[in-house]
Amino acid sequence: MNLLSHIGKFSMLIARAFSKPEKMKIFRRQLMFEIDSLGIGSMGIIAIISFFMGAVITIQTSSNIDSAFIPAYTVGFTVRQSMILEFAPTIIALILAGKVGSNIASEIGTMRVSEQIDALEIMGINSASYLILPKITAAVIINPFLVIISMFIGMAGGYIVAWGTGIVTTSEYLYGLEYDFKIFGVYYAIVKTIFFAFIITAIPSYYGYYTKGGSLAVGAASTKAVVTSSIVILFVNYVLTQLLLI
Amino acid sequence: MIKLENISKAFNGEQILSDIGITYEQGKTNLIIGASGSGKSVLTKCTVGLIQPDTGKVFYDDREFTALDSKSRQEIRTEIGMLFQGNALFDSLTIEQNVMFPLQMHTDMKSDEILERVNFCLERVQLTGVNHKYPAEISGGMQKRVALARAISMKPKYLFCDEPNSGLDPQTSIVIDQLISEITKEYNMTTIIVTHDMNSVMEIGDKVIFIHKGRKWWEGNSDSILSTTNKELSDFVFASSVMKRLVDKK
Ligand SMILES: Nc1ncnc2c1ncn2[C@@H]1O[C@H](COP(=O)(O)OP(=O)(O)O)[C@@H](O)[C@H]1O
Ligand SMILES: [Mg+2]
Repeated sequence: MNLLSHIGKFSMLIARAFSKPEKMKIFRRQLMFEIDSLGIGSMGIIAIISFFMGAVITIQTSSNIDSAFIPAYTVGFTVRQSMILEFAPTIIALILAGKVGSNIASEIGTMRVSEQIDALEIMGINSASYLILPKITAAVIINPFLVIISMFIGMAGGYIVAWGTGIVTTSEYLYGLEYDFKIFGVYYAIVKTIFFAFIITAIPSYYGYYTKGGSLAVGAASTKAVVTSSIVILFVNYVLTQLLLI
Repeated sequence: MIKLENISKAFNGEQILSDIGITYEQGKTNLIIGASGSGKSVLTKCTVGLIQPDTGKVFYDDREFTALDSKSRQEIRTEIGMLFQGNALFDSLTIEQNVMFPLQMHTDMKSDEILERVNFCLERVQLTGVNHKYPAEISGGMQKRVALARAISMKPKYLFCDEPNSGLDPQTSIVIDQLISEITKEYNMTTIIVTHDMNSVMEIGDKVIFIHKGRKWWEGNSDSILSTTNKELSDFVFASSVMKRLVDKK
């Protein structure tokens, strides 16, 4: 199938998913469940990755500063800027594309091949809206929080390395973290995160929903979902960066 | 009553169903029989709109289902119960939640009323004490019963069962068949059962339709089937030598 027909089919599915839920009570229950599963369930991996990103940037930056003209607080400054602008939103999105994306595609794909989606349709339920809308909504709500937490943990990771190794003093590190801080960077990260949250949930839902065949097809759908959403994230990241920063 | 007119369907140039017309009668168990791959499931899915037929019309009583938009189809579908070949139970929900599901989505019943209805349906299919288990934790026969309980929870006017006996032992098969047949009479439903089990045909087939290579090949009842002169039907019916011996005895 070519790109255009994928895009057409994807748009139609998402349009169907964005219709009013049959029962608000059920929708809210699903939403809570997805926030817990997609959001809270990803906290652990996000904390670990963010901590080490902050730690590594700290070591990298300080070991590359050998000129006396570059002040030591550059380390904290670099950690902050890279965590806020790029690492927290984009790397976390890529990680979640793998974790959440494969999860969604295989869940919905299994429901497709075991006729559970047909069963929903027979019950007079809009299966696209029932299955997909809570996931997209949950990610769009919770991911900005995850990313902000990631920023803090990354900066804390740098602090702990600074404190533990002494490659930069903690007070210089902290000064760098606060130096020339502009809130716009955080807004920019949140805007990106909302786009990425949509990509991470909508694309895997699409691949899962149109799975054909048996359990092998579910695995294939899951792989395609992760690869495609990662590529789309990188592409959208480029476009948004150009639109928002230039 | 459900009426099909001139239903045809091809997949990738291969004709799967050709010009099928059938009337399924109310209060009866209408059986669709035929070899594996003859198009029985596709026909059923065309009837309920899960597959769009290339040509033809489907009527639910006087409503032309095939002419309706998806919103109005959804309304008719709340009157349909369906038992899928692989059960299609929601595996993230417990037995109780599975049976509850259509009621929660479509009615404004209070939760104690819903629970009462759920327990009624589960008792009707002789399944108690498993309310809080998950589908993966119960046997195939029990899963079938849950699927049946879920299918009748909304008191449907139309019930579709695709191979309700597949994967079940003969004894359990008969129990499921009897349940479907009794419930059909109780609620005066229009029931369609897809099967290739001759046992079911003889036990509960009020009306029998034989599909061969995507065409309606024969139509009659379980009595007339044994005296058929139709070659393909007779090959199907007497594929097992036991059937042959039974008839010879008669
Ligand atoms: N979605 C589909 N796409 C293409 N071919 C299909 C599809 N569904 C069924 N078929 C084909 O239609 C034929 C009849 O299938 P089916 O109705 O499932 O048979 P059965 O009578 O055993 O239920 C088979 O050859 C099957 O491969
Ligand atoms: Mg079949």
